This record gives sequence, C-alpha cells and structure tokens, in this order.
Amino acid sequence: MLELIAGTEKTSTQTSSADKKWMLRLYVAGQTLKSIVARANLQRICEQHMADRYHVEVIDLLENPTLAKDDQIIAIPTLVRNLPIPVKKIIGDLSNTERVLIGLDIYPAEM
Amino acid sequence: MNNTNTPQSLAKSLTGIRGLDEITEGGLPKGRPSLICGNAGCGKTILGMEFLLHGALDYNEPGVFVSFEETNDDLTSNFAALGYDLQDLEARRLLAIEYVYIERSEIEEAGDYNLDGLFIRLGQAIDAIGAKRIVLDTIEVLFAGLSNAAILRAELRRLFRWLKDKGVTAIVTGERGERTLTRYGLEEYVADCVILLDLRVDEQIATRRLRIVKYRGSEHGANEYPFLIDKQGISILPITSLGLDHTVSDERISSGIPRLDTMLSGEGYFRGSSILVSGTAGSGKTSVAAKFIDAACGRGERCLYFAFEESPQQIMRNMLSIGIDLAPWVAQGRLRFHASRPSVHGLEMHLVTMHKLILEYDPVNVVVDPISALTVVGSDKEAKSMLTRLIDFLKTRKITTLLTGVTHVGDKLEASNDEIPSLIDTWLSLRDIEHQGERNRGMYILKSRGMAHSNQIREFILSDKGIDLFDVYLGPDGVLTGAARVGQEALDKSTIVSRQHDIQRKKREYEHKRQALEANILALREEFDTATEIIESLSEEEKQRDAVIIHDRADMAKLRRADLSAA
Repeated sequence: MLELIAGTEKTSTQTSSADKKWMLRLYVAGQTLKSIVARANLQRICEQHMADRYHVEVIDLLENPTLAKDDQIIAIPTLVRNLPIPVKKIIGDLSNTERVLIGLDIYPAEM
Repeated sequence: MNNTNTPQSLAKSLTGIRGLDEITEGGLPKGRPSLICGNAGCGKTILGMEFLLHGALDYNEPGVFVSFEETNDDLTSNFAALGYDLQDLEARRLLAIEYVYIERSEIEEAGDYNLDGLFIRLGQAIDAIGAKRIVLDTIEVLFAGLSNAAILRAELRRLFRWLKDKGVTAIVTGERGERTLTRYGLEEYVADCVILLDLRVDEQIATRRLRIVKYRGSEHGANEYPFLIDKQGISILPITSLGLDHTVSDERISSGIPRLDTMLSGEGYFRGSSILVSGTAGSGKTSVAAKFIDAACGRGERCLYFAFEESPQQIMRNMLSIGIDLAPWVAQGRLRFHASRPSVHGLEMHLVTMHKLILEYDPVNVVVDPISALTVVGSDKEAKSMLTRLIDFLKTRKITTLLTGVTHVGDKLEASNDEIPSLIDTWLSLRDIEHQGERNRGMYILKSRGMAHSNQIREFILSDKGIDLFDVYLGPDGVLTGAARVGQEALDKSTIVSRQHDIQRKKREYEHKRQALEANILALREEFDTATEIIESLSEEEKQRDAVIIHDRADMAKLRRADLSAA
C-alpha cells in the first residue's frame, strides 16, 4: 500500500525558497532493482535539496493497478511532481541527478 | 515428431469489415498482432475501431481500444457519427477505451526505465472485460513522447510478445514513413500481417486503397483494393471476390419493344442478363431503357434507375414525349431514380453507393444511364474494373441490367466502351445513318448470348406513340432509311404500277389480235365449207351425167340394133 517518506521538521537555511514545497509521488511496480535504485536516489536528492520541504508517496502499481490509468503512468519508475505546479513526470531510476533536479524545478543556485 | 505439433492452418479472427475478410481469406491472424500503416487520415483508426466493434457485437469478442491520440470523448463523438454508441458498449463491458496521455514537455527522463506502467494498464483493461481483441492507435506516439529509442524498441518487442502470450488479436497502427512502411519501423516487430492504407488524390478525386503487404503463413489477395469510408464505416470491394459461378435463368423478359423481342428470337432478353445499348448521342438509348423499365414495371417488377446525365424529372418529361409515362411507376414505388453527377464522387464511392441502394431497394431490374459517364471520373481501367464488379454483383443477385453507353461519331463501333463488351450478354447498337441530308436511327443486335437473334438492321423510329422498328429498304443501292426509304418505296411502287399498266395494254393488244384471228378463222372455215359443198355438188353432177350418158348409149344401141354384149 502507500508508504510515506516524510522529511524531518527542520528549519531551512535557504530562506530564498523557504516556502517552496514538493509534493511527490513515486510509482513503482514491485520490488525490482529499478525501483529500489529509484527510491534510494530519490531519498538522497530530497535530503540534499529539499530537506523538510518535501512529501513523497510511493505507490506500487502491482498493488494498485487502477492508479496507472488514473494517473496516466506508462513508464516505471515514474516520479510525479504534483507540487510545485505544473505537474511534471520524471521517469527512470533517477540516477541522472541533473535531470531529476531540472524535473523538480530546483535550480543550480539553490544547490 | 509430436502429434500436437503438426502444422495447422492459421487460425484467423474475422474483422467483420465488408471485403477485408474476403481478401485476407478469413480475417487477421488470431492471437497475434497485425500492423495497419498509412498516412494521416487514411482510415487507420476507423479500421481498428471497426475491428473491435464487429468483434464485440458480432463475434462475442470484447475489445480494448488503446488510444494514444484521441481522448474517450473524441472517439465517442467520432463514432457516434457512424452510428455506434461507444459509451453503451463500455457499459456493457464489450469495449474498453484506454486513453494513454503522453506529453513530452511534461516528461523528464532521468535514468533507466521500462514500460511496466503501460503493461499494467493494458493487462488491467484486457482482464477487466475478458478482451480477445486490442487496438493500439498509434503506439508510435511513444517515440514522440519518450526519447530513449533503445528502451522503447526493447519494450515494444516485449509488448508484442506479451500480447501474443495473452492470446489477444491485436491491431497496431503506424504512420507511414518516408521510405519505410512506418516512421519508426514498427514492421520490424509486427511481422505477421501488415496492411497498408493509402489515400490518393487524382484529378481532385480522392480514392482510398488498401493493400496487404504481407501475411505470413496465409494466402491473401495481393492487389490494391479500393475502399470507402462512409456513414456505415469501411467497405472494401475486392475486385476478384466475385467469380463466374452465378446461376443463370432461362426465363425471358420482354424488352418492351415487340419488334425487338422478335429480333431476339421472339422472346426478349434473358432474365438476369446484362444488356448494353450503345450509340451516339441522341440515338435513343434512354428511350430503349425507358421502354424496358416501363414494361418491367408493368409486370410489377421493381426497377432502379441510375441516371448520370439527366435528372429524373428531365428523363420523365422526355420519355413522356414519346408516349412513355414513368411517373405512375415512381408514385407506386416500383421505380426509383438515383441521379448523381459522375464527378461528385470517385468511382469507388459510386460503386458502393450503387451497391448499397441495390441492397436496400432490392430491385429486379437496374438501368445505368450511361456507363460512359463514369469513365470521366476514373481511368478506363478503373471504370472497367468498377463495372466488372458491378455487373458481377448484379448477376449474382439475378438482376437484369440495362446499361447505356455513348459512342462517339467516327468511333469504330465495336471499339466503343472498349473492354466492357466481354461482360455484356446482349448488345444492341443504335446507329445514326446519314444519307441524303438526313439522319436516321438504325438498330441492330451486335450480339446476344444464348439465343438465335436477328442479324438484320432495323430502322428505329421514335414518335409520340413510342418506339417502332421498321425493316430498312434493302435495294441495289444498299440500306436506305427515313425519307430515302419512303422515297425508294414510292419509286418502287410507281414502277410496279407502270409495269402493270404496260402488261394490261399488251394484254389488250393481243386480245384484239386474238379476236381478229378468230374472226379470220371463222371466215376461212366458211370458205372451206363452201368449197367442200361445191366439190360435193360437182361430183354428184358428174355421176348423174355419166348415168345419163350410159343410158343414152344403150338407147342408141337399141336403135342401131348393135351387139348388146358389149354393153
């Protein structure tokens, strides 16, 4: 079912985008190598760049197959950025950090 | 070898699309993917959806339509125009529409992925309704939405294998590429059956064509088949689907022109035969057709009249001028006109329209006036192929067909409508005969299969009383018609009269002579009789004189006392 990876409540040192929040959903299909890698990569990036300002929901489509249709998921793994808008899909095992950051709308200045 | 491994003929899945099952000899390969490719707007989506709709409604095989381009609402409204209620079918679990949305601008690729999401969706949709058929329209959108072609190719290969394992019959559509069948080379993965659709515009008239590029392990028609998309969806009309095995009738029906029936060995046309009336403009072809229709309606038969040159009103008015009133037949529903300009559609559309009307109205007789108008729309070859199929179709339905064809002045008569004659059973030729400054119509039977027909040319006269056929004047100067025939006939008459006069005069002359001779004979006989009388009287006189002489001598001897012994 749903699994939550929540950021710990710490005050951010980066005041410029302090009120920016990330609402993320990671879609996987079973415990595959790709999904494990993706979750590890996501965890790392979140902690590095959005500490305390992110909320991640992990959805296993093998358990909730109908969500694939509802959320228009094709590729696995897919990370959906529901916030900040617009909605963006980042597909793949998230090993390309640069592309993930672009997808998450995190600019090098904030890095 | 294992017995279960013996080769079987390929199982096929009927598409239910008119014509396609004939050329594929039973449909698409069952449980395998087929590729339908073609340019935008060539009918891929409709073909795919029809495959599912017929499967769901006619063959009890529910289907999933995976749309990468059109949303459910788009599809629903598009197919409502074809008379299908997709929402209702979805509610009845006969159809599932799976709209897959991919927008490149919303996607960021960050590492290795696969298409398990799509697989899960398809698996869900298939299992939910127990689908036996699936259409992926068009899966190439994936290539536009995702940039990693290597992953996509591997995943597509896996997808088609997976669909095969699931045992669903699939149609995959693909856009036509520059030099390849599909832009992204889908034909590499879907290798069992590839169908190419094409839309060509020739002289402003668009014709759709379908060709089976490949069909592994099966016989199939190799030609390009024209097809149509209209209110009832797709219809393909394979040229060769109809053979020459229709049953024939011995029944004869009147042509409506008694003298013509006489020429056709006394009984008229064969029922279910094809009749061509050819002639130059204004030679009376439509009149012959109208007479035939009039007679057929009179027998209570339904007739369908395809007019390509004149409006029904015009035909009826014109025919009224020669005493044929078609209006009551139209009013009674025995005669229906279908008038259209040849150039409104391509040939195929005409053919299908005609097919449909014939199926709908179910006539006993059909008139196409004129067939030559159709060559304006297509090439001669296309027109011929269309007419072949039309005539074959009509023959299998045992419909008597009368076609008219225009020949042009100066054409060699037999060259008219080139190859069409081989399809024709009875061919009437109307000719203009020009002589001494007037034009007259002549008719003769070029051929009439299966009957001893007249080889004579007849003069064909249209008057307010209808059509009459007259013997032409055949004299030392050849065939004469019209005024020349009447003139010649008058001349002949006067010659005969004067000859009769001559004879009468001579008769009288010799009568006189005979009478004179008789008088002569009478006179001579009288003369002869007189002569005979004279001769008789003279000999009597002589006898008497002799007797007297002898008597006198005796007397004298007595007197002289002579020896009497001497006496």
